[in-house]
Amino acid sequence: MKRLLQKHESYIFLAIILLTVVITALNQNFLTLENLFDILKSYSFIGIMSVGVLVVLISGGIDISFTAVATVGQYVMAVIITKYTGNIVLAFTISIFIGILLGLINAMFIYFFNIPTIIVTIGTLNVFYGLLIVFSGGRWLYNLPEWFAKFAEIRVLTLLNANGIPYGLSIITVIWIAVIAIAAFILRFTVLGRSLYAVGGCGFDKSPAQRAGINIFRVQMFVYAFMGFTAGIAGVVQALLVQTVAPNSIVGKELNVIAAVIIGGASISGGTGTITGTVLGVMLLAILSNGLTLMRVPSYWYDVVIGLVILLSVSASALRQKKKMQRAIAVEEA
Amino acid sequence: MELKKRINWIQNEFAMLSIIILVVLLLMGVLNPLRFFRIYNLQSMAFQLPELGLLSLGMMVIMLTGGINLSLIASANLSGILMALVLNRLAPPETFIGSGSGIVLLVILVGLAAGVAVGLANGALVAYVGVSPILATLGMMTLLNGVNILITKGYVISGFPPAFQFIGNGKALGIPFPMIIFALIAIVVGIAMKRTPYGLEVYMLGTNEIATRYSAVNVPKVLMKSYVISGLLSATAAIVMISRFNSAKSDYGESYLLVTILAAILGGTNVYGGFGKVTGLILALVILQIISSGLNLLQVNAFITRAIWGMILAAVMIGQYYRIRAASRIR
Repeated sequence: MKRLLQKHESYIFLAIILLTVVITALNQNFLTLENLFDILKSYSFIGIMSVGVLVVLISGGIDISFTAVATVGQYVMAVIITKYTGNIVLAFTISIFIGILLGLINAMFIYFFNIPTIIVTIGTLNVFYGLLIVFSGGRWLYNLPEWFAKFAEIRVLTLLNANGIPYGLSIITVIWIAVIAIAAFILRFTVLGRSLYAVGGCGFDKSPAQRAGINIFRVQMFVYAFMGFTAGIAGVVQALLVQTVAPNSIVGKELNVIAAVIIGGASISGGTGTITGTVLGVMLLAILSNGLTLMRVPSYWYDVVIGLVILLSVSASALRQKKKMQRAIAVEEA
Repeated sequence: MELKKRINWIQNEFAMLSIIILVVLLLMGVLNPLRFFRIYNLQSMAFQLPELGLLSLGMMVIMLTGGINLSLIASANLSGILMALVLNRLAPPETFIGSGSGIVLLVILVGLAAGVAVGLANGALVAYVGVSPILATLGMMTLLNGVNILITKGYVISGFPPAFQFIGNGKALGIPFPMIIFALIAIVVGIAMKRTPYGLEVYMLGTNEIATRYSAVNVPKVLMKSYVISGLLSATAAIVMISRFNSAKSDYGESYLLVTILAAILGGTNVYGGFGKVTGLILALVILQIISSGLNLLQVNAFITRAIWGMILAAVMIGQYYRIRAASRIR
């Protein structure tokens, strides 16, 4: 019990339950399986990218450019499948390939020139996005192939609601779950995953991790390639969700994703953060925005509430960290 | 010997930026000689530079402490919107009589107060709660953007009395008024950084926080001051900006964030804190303004310009990396 109280995740979980109770009291439509599946589907896009951001944060970096990476992957994918047709596997392959490639470009700058990750990715965000808009002319793509629309409709689990309309667990949510599983496996059970925590925990000077025999180069490459991988998947998923491709529809969402991961307890100074926390963070944001809509709060309030939640959450983590440090010092002195 | 070497190095930086200015001037001259060197263009450059300059100063002050202020633009917009609201309430566009200079002073105070409030909030989060600057200002940016949209509902607030419009569009002794404001403030910030105990403490803090703490420096207080100064500078930028546009909106200057960071770094401010000077920043601003106006005159797509900013940022960082490496080899 005591250990549970010390965990950041427990507090988010409590917040989610509290929120659920409040929203349900005001609107009965909230706590239904149908609404839950709906939230899980529409937030899988943010959810997939949040897994990538988590990995970056654990390694001690931050990435702002992933929305531009997702956009580039998505756009190139859409151009190819509308022009030459193809299938869903090809669509994902193209987008993931581009995502990894652009991620590696970020990693190169970060590793070889020792540039802070926030600076690199603010730069590449503008380069990737600027060039995409220039080359695409900002054109929207509407005529995505039929198989692309059909794939988005697939349900892994189908139920019927009171009016006889089918609903259920979408294949898109399953993709999110798969990404979560991959990341969880890497972070928990592989040497690479554990060294990620070690590198992130080092802070600015990575030499302790290096002396422990970790290949920093390989870790950095993996981190940003993985971020690109998730961005590539998210690009396709977003296209599946809305069935049109607009070059300006993803860029600008980066803060929502980073917010979810940070609310989930990952620290920007690296070395901490869990998949569970991140998933809970995404769910908290999802329920919050869904709840605000169901409670008929004007959409203008959305960013205000999110901003407050971010500030509250980071303050709470910082204060807990401070207390822990003080306790550690007290123990040392005793 | 050691001191001499350091002076050499600093002079190098000054010389290097000056050379870059000449090169970009030459480049623009070759690409577009007829239009670039017209008085009109030079003047419009002098009107545009100050607002970016004030924002960049606000970014630099925080970068010197080793942080970053992502809420800078959102904070400026909050100041701008509040000032616009008060102006429209006290001097609605249809009732302009005289110049309305008495109101202007009050309005400026409102703007500055908003800047101070944001600065205090950021400062408290970083200095006392212990949130990392990136996260504190990221959350603040989301919050303020939300508040700005909430207040304006996304609309433009426009129509200010002549006395207020003068701030951004007027001239005194033939010099654009915004330029005079910027020059005065840059001098004040420059002196504060170089000649006051506070400035020294900022550089110390940026170089080594723990050592600074042990030197009996009140680190939280230094941080608080820095964020308040940053907020004040963003409010000043807002005054110039909304006066020049004769309007305020929740998403003005969104693309400036990248450029303020770029200006500070190009001017020699170290991203890890502790190093950087106002003179370097000003030279960097001149370089960026020449490039931006030049590209604008060549009618280059705004998104190509964005991509170019990103590439310059990367190039500058790579240059800094090699310079630091070269410097450490000499030692």
